[in-house]
Amino acid sequence: MAVGEPLGGCTRREGSDLRVSAAAAPVHKPVLRVEGLCKRYGLRRALQDVSFAAHAGELVAVIGPNGAGKTTLLSILAGVQAPSAGTVERAPGEIGWVPQQPALYSKLSVAENLRLFARLESVPDPESVVARMLDQTGLGERAQERVDRLSGGNRQRVNVALGLLADPPVILLDEPSSSLDPSQRERLWLLIGELASRGTCVVFSTHIVGEAERYAQRVVVLDEGNLLFCGSPAELGREGGGGDFERAFVAFLRERGRA
Amino acid sequence: MRWLLGKDLLILRRSRLLVALLVVYPVAIALLIGFAISASPSKARVAIVDETPPGETFTLGGTRVGLAEYTDELFNQVHVVRVPTRAAAAGRVASGDVLAAVVIPPDIVSKISSGVNQAHIEVIYNGDALKQSFVRSTINSALAQANLALSEQIKSVAVRDIDLLLAGGQLGVLGSSQSIIGLSHIAPALSAVARRQPPGADRTTLVRVAGFAAFAARNLGIAKNVLTTVSQPIAAGSTLLHGKRTPLDTYAVVVAVSISLMFICVLLAAGGIALEREEHALARLIRAPPGRGGGLISRESLLGEKALLASGCAFLVAFAMLLGVSAFVALDLSRIGMWVVALAFASLGFAALGTAIGALAREVRAASLLAFLLSLPLAFLALVPSGSVARGLYDVIGAVSFVFPYKAALQALDTAVNGASPGIGISIVHLAGLTLLFGALARLGLRRAE
Repeated sequence: MAVGEPLGGCTRREGSDLRVSAAAAPVHKPVLRVEGLCKRYGLRRALQDVSFAAHAGELVAVIGPNGAGKTTLLSILAGVQAPSAGTVERAPGEIGWVPQQPALYSKLSVAENLRLFARLESVPDPESVVARMLDQTGLGERAQERVDRLSGGNRQRVNVALGLLADPPVILLDEPSSSLDPSQRERLWLLIGELASRGTCVVFSTHIVGEAERYAQRVVVLDEGNLLFCGSPAELGREGGGGDFERAFVAFLRERGRA
Repeated sequence: MRWLLGKDLLILRRSRLLVALLVVYPVAIALLIGFAISASPSKARVAIVDETPPGETFTLGGTRVGLAEYTDELFNQVHVVRVPTRAAAAGRVASGDVLAAVVIPPDIVSKISSGVNQAHIEVIYNGDALKQSFVRSTINSALAQANLALSEQIKSVAVRDIDLLLAGGQLGVLGSSQSIIGLSHIAPALSAVARRQPPGADRTTLVRVAGFAAFAARNLGIAKNVLTTVSQPIAAGSTLLHGKRTPLDTYAVVVAVSISLMFICVLLAAGGIALEREEHALARLIRAPPGRGGGLISRESLLGEKALLASGCAFLVAFAMLLGVSAFVALDLSRIGMWVVALAFASLGFAALGTAIGALAREVRAASLLAFLLSLPLAFLALVPSGSVARGLYDVIGAVSFVFPYKAALQALDTAVNGASPGIGISIVHLAGLTLLFGALARLGLRRAE
């Protein structure tokens, strides 16, 4: 295989020990392509030559230990930070972003938050979009409630709703389930699954590797800013010696001296 | 920008306690400072122990002066609390009932009358360094006033005697009255006698004595003026270089309004920007995904929105304060146009400072604390008059005041309200420059969205 040739939505570079899976390669054109992405904070390298692509309707999980560069990668893709090197290409349309910390105005109600950002994003019919998002996220009954009186889980649902306002072809979710209880998680993943089934490309980071196994079609493993693996969860499980996915993931990292 | 402005106004409306504090606190502080500057100080309570016999008098140039006249003059600047003994006075001072105690010893009359020994009084005081300094200056000032009154009495006795020597009249000596001829009458009388004398040694002598008498009369007249000069060697006459004299009460109004304007503006702008970051909304607002070209709002527009909100609110409060105060203090309402210009530029300068603080501090509590820590000293530094501190220190204070908008705002408002300077232009240009400077700093602080 030639160096730089797209394979399974990932790109292998000369000299890297990146493992790629041919089985996960979609056939249609990617909606998001990342090439040679680097990010430095002074002397510290937060991301090092990361390349991958994601396709419409695909669920891509970005996993890795703490400090691996997951949030940095997503914030660059979202346009919150500029990369030190590399390029990000995307299909026309918005990139939705759901940050790790709910980005909401706590003194406004759920509906007021949604309405404000719908207007700021210049969506054609803000009121109908707000109604749709309230319905999709199951927050209709809480629409007039102030955000500072909501539970952490409900805040996160509003946070997700804000990321979806412009009906983006690509949505980035940074640890979306971290503050949710199991039933809220299930509802969230149901919503995310529906989005993907409608053709939205979903890129999410998580430290709950079980979620990556359960919901992602492809897994991107980062550690200390380096891309270690890009392929299906099953492939990653096999790389780690099979069996329980979480143990296989830890074994995968240990094998590379990362855990 | 209008959606964000609407959002911020809605948040303000829902934060009634915060808004009340933002308005009430600076207005209260401003009024306190204003009144402290303008109000004449109330008389300090001072305990007096008079150990002299009642009705004691002393003689000045043959005139008897009651001691009470002297002590009344001494203490008309303080609120006198008469106490019987030194111990009682010391107790009053220790308890804080009086600021100080003055003990007039029984030998003060003999000392004053001697004309040789200096009379002494004892001052007892307590408290911290500031209080001690205040007591010393109050007592010294009272003493200076009393000494001045005493020397005035001495002068008037001396002038009366000189007049008698010059013009002549009845002179009381040892209980009997005697008519004396004045110096001014001697020269003409001697000249007349001399003219009737035949030429010779006697006539020459008479002419010389008459000449001396005329000379003495002229110079004794001058001595009266000399005495006046000695009793009050320096009298102040003032010349104002620029503008017109500002009454202290209207200046206090300007100080109060400018401090309120600064607090409201800086705190609102700093809090507004910091809140966007604290709520994690800043990144959502200004993130620029690849290919979109920009965020939901540009950093400049976001800063402009916060500055507009803060300066608008502060402007309204300050303008209302000026109008309200004008009911009690005579302000020239024909200068309202100038008020608007000065308030507008001053509030923009403060708002720019606030946005810079908010952008750099990153969270609301830190931004508010920084805003307070910066604003209070700025106000006090701007009120330090030149010459009241060492020149080097004043230069430093001047430099600090120059790079922050408070002093320029104070000068602009003083000019607008009181016509303190011929033109408002320099202050306005200064404020505009500082607005740009702090706006650029705020933009730098928003470089990172997270």
